[in-house]
Order: sequence, then structure tokens, then C-alpha cells
Amino acid sequence: MRRQEDISGKMDWLTVLIYLVMVLLGWLNIYAAVYDETVHPSIFDLSLNSGRQLIFIAVSGIIILAILVVDMRFYEAAAYLIYGVVLFLMVLVLVVGKEVGGNKAWLGFGSFGGQPSEFAKFATALVVAKFIGSIGFRMDNFRNQVILFAMVGIPMVVILAQKDTGTALVFTAFVLVFFREGMSPFLMIVGIASAFIFILTLLVENELYLYGGIGVILIISILAGKKKIKRIALLTLGALAVAGVIQSVDYVITDVLKPHQQNRIRALINPDADPLGYGWNVTQSKIAIGSGGFSGKGFLEGTQTKFDFVPEQSTDFIFCTIGEEHGWLGSLVVIGLFVTLLLRVVYLAERQKNRFARVYGYSVASIFFFHFAINIGMTIGLFPVIGIPLPFFSYGGSALWGFTILLFTLLKLDAHRGQVLQRL
Amino acid sequence: MNEGRKEIIRALVVLTGLVFLVKLFFIQILDDRYAQLADSNSILKEIEYPFRGLIYDRNGKLLVYNSPEYDLLIVRKEIGNFDSAAFCKIFDLTREELRLKFKELRARKEYSPVKPTLFIRQLSNYDFAKIQEHIDEFPGFYIQPRTTRAYTTHSLANALGYVSEISKTQLENDSTKIYRQGDYIGQSGIEAQYEHVLRGKRGVRFKLRNVSGIEKGSFKNGEFDTLSVPGNDLITTIDLDLQEYGEQLLKGKVGSLVAIEPSTGEILSMISGPSYDPTLLTGRKFSSNFMLVSSDTTKPLFTRPLMAMYPPGSIFKIVQTLIGLQEGVLRPDTRFPCDRSVVNCHNHPNPCDLHMAVQYSCNPYFHQAFRRIINQNKSPNTFIDSRIGLENWHSYVTRFGLGQPLGVDLPSEKGGQMPTSTLYNRIYGEGRWKFSTIYSLAIGQGEMLITPVQMANLAAIMANKGYYFTPHLVKEILGSEQQPVVTKHETGIKPEYFAFVQDAMSDAIYGTAQRAVIPGIELCGKTGTAQNPHGYDHSVFMAFAPKDNPKIAIAVYVENAGWGGRAAASIASLMIERYLTGEVKRLALQEYVMKGDFLDKVTQTPSTE
Repeated sequence: MRRQEDISGKMDWLTVLIYLVMVLLGWLNIYAAVYDETVHPSIFDLSLNSGRQLIFIAVSGIIILAILVVDMRFYEAAAYLIYGVVLFLMVLVLVVGKEVGGNKAWLGFGSFGGQPSEFAKFATALVVAKFIGSIGFRMDNFRNQVILFAMVGIPMVVILAQKDTGTALVFTAFVLVFFREGMSPFLMIVGIASAFIFILTLLVENELYLYGGIGVILIISILAGKKKIKRIALLTLGALAVAGVIQSVDYVITDVLKPHQQNRIRALINPDADPLGYGWNVTQSKIAIGSGGFSGKGFLEGTQTKFDFVPEQSTDFIFCTIGEEHGWLGSLVVIGLFVTLLLRVVYLAERQKNRFARVYGYSVASIFFFHFAINIGMTIGLFPVIGIPLPFFSYGGSALWGFTILLFTLLKLDAHRGQVLQRL
Repeated sequence: MNEGRKEIIRALVVLTGLVFLVKLFFIQILDDRYAQLADSNSILKEIEYPFRGLIYDRNGKLLVYNSPEYDLLIVRKEIGNFDSAAFCKIFDLTREELRLKFKELRARKEYSPVKPTLFIRQLSNYDFAKIQEHIDEFPGFYIQPRTTRAYTTHSLANALGYVSEISKTQLENDSTKIYRQGDYIGQSGIEAQYEHVLRGKRGVRFKLRNVSGIEKGSFKNGEFDTLSVPGNDLITTIDLDLQEYGEQLLKGKVGSLVAIEPSTGEILSMISGPSYDPTLLTGRKFSSNFMLVSSDTTKPLFTRPLMAMYPPGSIFKIVQTLIGLQEGVLRPDTRFPCDRSVVNCHNHPNPCDLHMAVQYSCNPYFHQAFRRIINQNKSPNTFIDSRIGLENWHSYVTRFGLGQPLGVDLPSEKGGQMPTSTLYNRIYGEGRWKFSTIYSLAIGQGEMLITPVQMANLAAIMANKGYYFTPHLVKEILGSEQQPVVTKHETGIKPEYFAFVQDAMSDAIYGTAQRAVIPGIELCGKTGTAQNPHGYDHSVFMAFAPKDNPKIAIAVYVENAGWGGRAAASIASLMIERYLTGEVKRLALQEYVMKGDFLDKVTQTPSTE
């Protein structure tokens, strides 16, 4: 009891407040997304997603209490154990899921189900933080880098095996953490540049323009800097790599990506090509948000999400309801909340006194950022449709709990940051 | 070095948020397209078609009303695997026809799988009864009621006109933007002329619907909904009984009949022969029937009373008489010998005074009378004198409502032709024509054309002794503040001259139209036989009765029926008897007229120019 009182004084209440506001707004918007005007259901109706979300929120409260009660040293100590258990559960899902068929990523306990992959983010964040935080860790050690990528890569592969591409992609967010902890930005730059060029190739019909563009950039870069052999060679090599990416686009599109993934990319490039087919999601999502105008249609007054024009309107496309019913102002509030939360988490991470807590904090920030960027980006047609939830807003128990655990574990560590110092 | 990287991460977060807000600003505030798309997604506009105004005859008998019909709508997305064999059976379609219907549906520009779209149009009441029982078995199909025109009578088709779906060109030219594709619009006759009062106002109900097209209540509690307003009813001037009787008489003949109430200008009946049955051009069979009617070589869609133009023939002599009297160049005692050197004549007492000349319709008399009207020695140059005379004459005939449309309240009325000096200058050259060039006008021939309604109007002028009201078909627009305006037109000729001509017309019946005599009714009339270079002469007769208190003025024109005293005079006389006494006692004459069939003698359809 005494220890709990100690914590309450050191908790970061701003983050808690943002969390509470987000969860509350999420709950209201889930209700609006599934609201049926002809029935006038109650927000507490358990047959509705909003009623069930309230239960999930209540369970989150219990989870938060549990996180705060547990000794802060547990998270670092049990990191590998947690990681192992979650991996085991995910493999179990693969096996059991196959027997059951249908639900690929779900683990059922009677009527209670959960997605272990949502918790894999937490587990991976812990092990990455623990590994980087271990004494004598050096980022420029090649072996360490391999181990880090393996830590992130193993759950990714398992999740890919569950055919949940969206969640698997979330793990690429750890690149940000590695970047912060000293890994060469080369990887990040190459990754982003490849994605950029990939999409550019799809947009530009004649590839010769792209090759020409690369040539021009190469020549300018060579002339602009010192004319050392090594530098010129490196630049030329980079240009050749980019050309390779362009060459590979066709192959990737037709041979590597599955048809529905190809269509999602096509929908991003030109959603009007088949508005009733593969462009449907993006088109309807943009219509819903775009029709909101400056201040929106009002709570429960939206038509596009409520009447099922937007798919998955209470989970992955929950932002459509916000955009439609609350307009640009509502979107501003939600985006503002996310930016504030993310900056706060980065701030919290930076003020940690030990490396474990800081890396963990950055992991939380990276994961949240990835979800925020990709989810909203896809609803407004800036990214291909990747099925990942908007943290704290989207309907779903596992997702809410996963994000809650991620955030409150950081708050727990943050509350004890003074003790860490004492210990050292 | 790694310390700086937190700033990069922070910048990334803020930048992402800004990019999102900018993009949202574009799609939410700058671009209206999405709001419109959202409305067309979720707001279903349900049209409530108004009732078209009814049309009555002058005695309150219903002529035109609305009968329900049903369109079958389809929502493609809601159709599961439906039993096409059963569907074909109920809707009386072959498999091939059904396949074609679906093909058509998909090809349509406005086609959407979630919106109700027209599938089969105009199911009759009978079909509907059959289908109603089974419609539940076919999810995705809906029935939308609307109305089509129905008729209590098989006559009056040309005056009433018909209603049909608005054409593409009409839709493009519609500056009022009232009409939509699939709307009905009056295409001819009263239906077209009074379209703006008959059509009423469409009602709209806005309903919300979900992605499957299922209704989810009213939009903003019906704030923008409007009820349909029925069109205004019309009371016409037509006497249905007289009209139907006249159509029987004119059966088997090509021609026109127009009867007018002189004291008001109200058209009692207007018959175009041959005509068609108005009930043909309505309902589901419209298209096939329209093909039949419009390709008929007797041109039943042609409204002869307003559009056919004929030389008036001898009936025009009464106009010449009146002009001569008013000009002072003729007097009742003016005598001319029946000199047949220029124009032919028939046997009658000789020489004639003016009364006798009208009574016996003496051609040489009017040849000389017309010379006096044209050549009044206003100029020593006979060419100039003739021009002055013709211009003077033309201003008279214009006041008789000749040479230009009278302004009957029906579309496409023709004006006929009364020659002017301009016309003759064009034909012969200026200063190169004189009386001897244009003398045919004297007896209503030559470059002179008038329409049957103008002839009837002439009879009305005679009856009124010098004035007429614009002939019209609609008396009253019920429930409207705007009523038809009828104007009075004066000829400017003294009533006493009319009285003189009336006496001559009264006697003329006994001279040239014995058959027209009705025991107990004093009738004034004038026959005419318009020469037809293409075949048998046209038979013309105009009359009014009773002489002292005229109730009806009538003109009958029967093509290729020969001498006016026979067919035309008989028909006119029977019509007058029917209208004034309510029955026809001269059954032998009636039988004679109805037996007359001149259709096989028709070699030339009347000119429309």
C-alpha cells in the first residue's frame, strides 16, 4: 500500500489524462460507427461493439492496476520469459488455428478470445530494451545487430505465417529505436527511399524518366561534393541500387505480392479505376471523411460509416467516423492528441536514467507512431490499406490491452526512475 | 551524436501530424466532391409523381383522367440466386428477353447496383394484380406506382393530344430544368399547350439508406421533403356529344370540321379526319401503337383543322361582298352580266344583283366585283393602281383573321396565306402584275389558302355581324388564378352590310345547298367547291344558325368529295340540327352522309406550307 502511494505522486498524469481522453473518445466513436437510427440502441448494449468495448476498457483498468502493483524490476528481469511465452502462444495459435480453421491469429478460451500477436509488440519491446540496455552493449557490433534483427524478425515471421501482414509490418517500427540508439541511418534511409521509389515507379508510366532522373541526381551529387574516388563509387553504387529497385517493381507486384495486396497498392495509386472493386475501401473512406467538412455532421449524424459504406468502421476505419461526424476540427483534436502523446512518450523515454527504460520508451513511441501514421494515412488515401488498429480508438480487446500494457509499463518505469538512480 | 536523433524523431512525429492535417484540409474543406458523393451514397430521393390535371368537356363530362400503372424497379445487389424461370413466367418474358433486360440495365449510364433502377416500365393494372402476389418471392424487385393517361372517349384525339416520355432533345432543350429522364410530357394538342398547368408539381421524399439500399428513416426528419401537387383540371369548350357525332359523320372521309359558338369563340367541336383512337397512345403499348399511328398514310396525327390549308373557294365570295360594300364600290343593286369569257359559271338567273350573286354564287359577277375593289383609279398606272388596291384589300382580309394564325390555344396552328403585293412582286416582279394577273382571288382560288378553323371563324364573324372572339378550346383552368384570355376582334365593316349578306346566305341554302335545309331552323350558309388540280374537287361549306340568334357557326371541308352542296353541306346541317335540337330527325340524310366514303378518292394529302 505504501509503495502505491509513492507511485501516485510520481505518475505522469498528463499521459494518463491523454490516455483516458483517447479511450473515451474511442468508445463514443465506436458507438457512433455502429449506431442504428431505426433501433436507437444504448451505448451500453452488449450486443454492440460499443457495449463490449466498455468491458474491454474496464478490463484495461484492472490490467493497469496489475502493472502498477508488480515490482518494476520484474519487466526487465522477466523480459525473455515473457518473450518466450508470447512466442510459444503465437506458434500455438498457428497450430490450433489450423485445426480450427477460420481464425488465424486468434486464441480462444471459451467465448473469450485474444490475439497473442498484439502482446508480441510488448514482449519484443522488452527484449530489445533489455538487450540494448545490457552492460557492454555496442550498437556498432555486427553480432549485436544480427541479434536485434532476429529478436524483431522472429515474431514478424510467425505473424506473417498467421497471414496478418499488417501487424507484422508494425515490427519494422523498431528500426526507429535502433536509429535512436546509434545504428547507422543507412538502413532507414534505404528503406524509406526504396518505398518512395517503389511507389514513384507505379505512378510514372515510362521508367526511362526515372532512370534519367536518377542519372541527373547522381551527376549533381558527384559534382556538388568532394571528388574522392570512394565517394563517387559509393554514390554510383547507390544509384545502381535504386535502378535495381525500379527493375524489381514489376516482379514484386506480380510475383511476390498477393492479389489483394496488389489491389491495395493499385487503389492507392488510382482509387477511381475500380471504385466498386478494389478501390471501394479507400474511396468510401475518403468520401466519409471528406464529407465531414469543417466541423462535421455531428455526433451520430454521420451516414457513411453508420450505413456500412465504410468497411470495418469500428476497428481499422474508426477514423472515418471521427472525420465524418466531427470534421476537420475533430480530426485536428485526435491528431493533436496523438502528436502530444507521442512527443510526451519521447520526452518520458529521454528522461529515463537507465538505458533499458529509455529503449523501452522509444519502442512504445515507435510502435504508437507506426500505428498512428499508417492507420490514419490509409483512411485518407496516403498509404495502402494495411489492416492495423488506431491505438485506443479502434474497437477490440486485445489491441486495447496491448497498447495499454505498452503505455502503462512505461509509466510504471517512469514513476520509478528515481529508484533506478539510487540503485546504481 | 545520438542525442540529436531524438529531435529527428520528434520532427518526424510533428511532420506526420501536419501532413495529415493538410491532406484532411484538402479533402474535408476544399473539395466539395466528397460531400456530394456521400449524399448520393446515402440519400435516396423518392419521387412522388403528381396527378396530371383532368380534362372535362363544356358540360362537365370527364374526357381525360389518370389510371394507375406500375414500374418495376430493381436493386441489383439485393438479388440473390433468383428463379429466372418463375420470373419469366410471371412477367411474361422469354429467357432471351430477360437476359437482354439485364444487359440493357448494366449498359445504362446511371446504373448502380445499390440504387433502385427501372427494369420493366408501365405494368398495367392487370399485370400488377398478377405480379403483386409474387413480388415477395423476388427480393431486390420493387414496384413503383405512377399514372398514365386514360380516356373516357375514343374521339377528340387531335385536340387533346397525347402524353409520352420526354425525349432526349426535349430534355436537352428544357430550360426550366423541371423534367428528368423518364418523365411524361404533353406532346401535342391541349396536353402540350397546357402542359405547364396540367403537370402539377413533383413531390420528393429524402430517405437515408445503407450500403445495401435498405431504408434507414427519413433525412433530417423530412425537413426537405415536399408533397406532390396535382395539376390543374381543365374545362374545355368541347361538346363531347357533338364531337362524337361529328366524328361518326366524318368517318371514311378526309377533311375537317370546326364548330364555334359565335358569341364566345368557344370551339364546340374540332374534328380531323381520319383521326386515331386516343386510347391507343397511352400505357405500355404506346411505342408499338405510336409506330402504327405515325406511319399510317392517312396521317391521323396531322391536325387538319389547324394545319391543313386549302383554297377557300366560293365561300370567300361573302368576304369580297363585304369589302365591296364597305369600300362603296358595290351596292345591293349593282348588276353584272354572267359573262363566262374569263371564268366559268353554272346555270342561274341572269344578270344578277349582289344578293342573287351571293345566292347563286355567280363567278363572273365576283370577277367584275373584285376588279372594282382592286382598281379604284387611285393611280393612272394600272400596275400601281392594282398594287394599291391589293394592299387595301389585304388589310381587310387580315381583319377577318385570314392570312395569319388566329391564336387558337393549340400548338402548331398554321396561318394560311392571303397574297400581298410583296408575294406578287416576288412571283412576277415589281410593277409587272395587275388585276388580270390576280383575278382568281375573286372567287377564293389562286394564291390564297385558309385553314378550316379560319373558315369556321369566318362563319362566326358572319353570325356576329362583324366581330369575332379568338377561337379557343379551354374555357377554364380550375384552381388557377391565371385564366385563358379571349380577345375580341372587329372587322370594321358595318353591321348592316353583314345583315345584307346574311339574307343572301339564308337564300343561298335554297339555291346551292338544298340538303342543308333544316325544317324549323333558319340557317345561313355558303357552299364552296375548291378546284383540285390533283383529283376530285374539295367540298366546302360554312354556315351558322339560327339566323336571328346564332348559337353555332360551322365550317366543313371534305377533300375530294366534289361539289360543296353535297357532302360538306349535309354534314354541317346535321351537326347544327344535333346541336340545336339535341337529336337528328333527318335519318335518311344521316345515312347518306355516313355511307359516303371518299377515302379511295384521296390522291393528295393537303399541303402544309
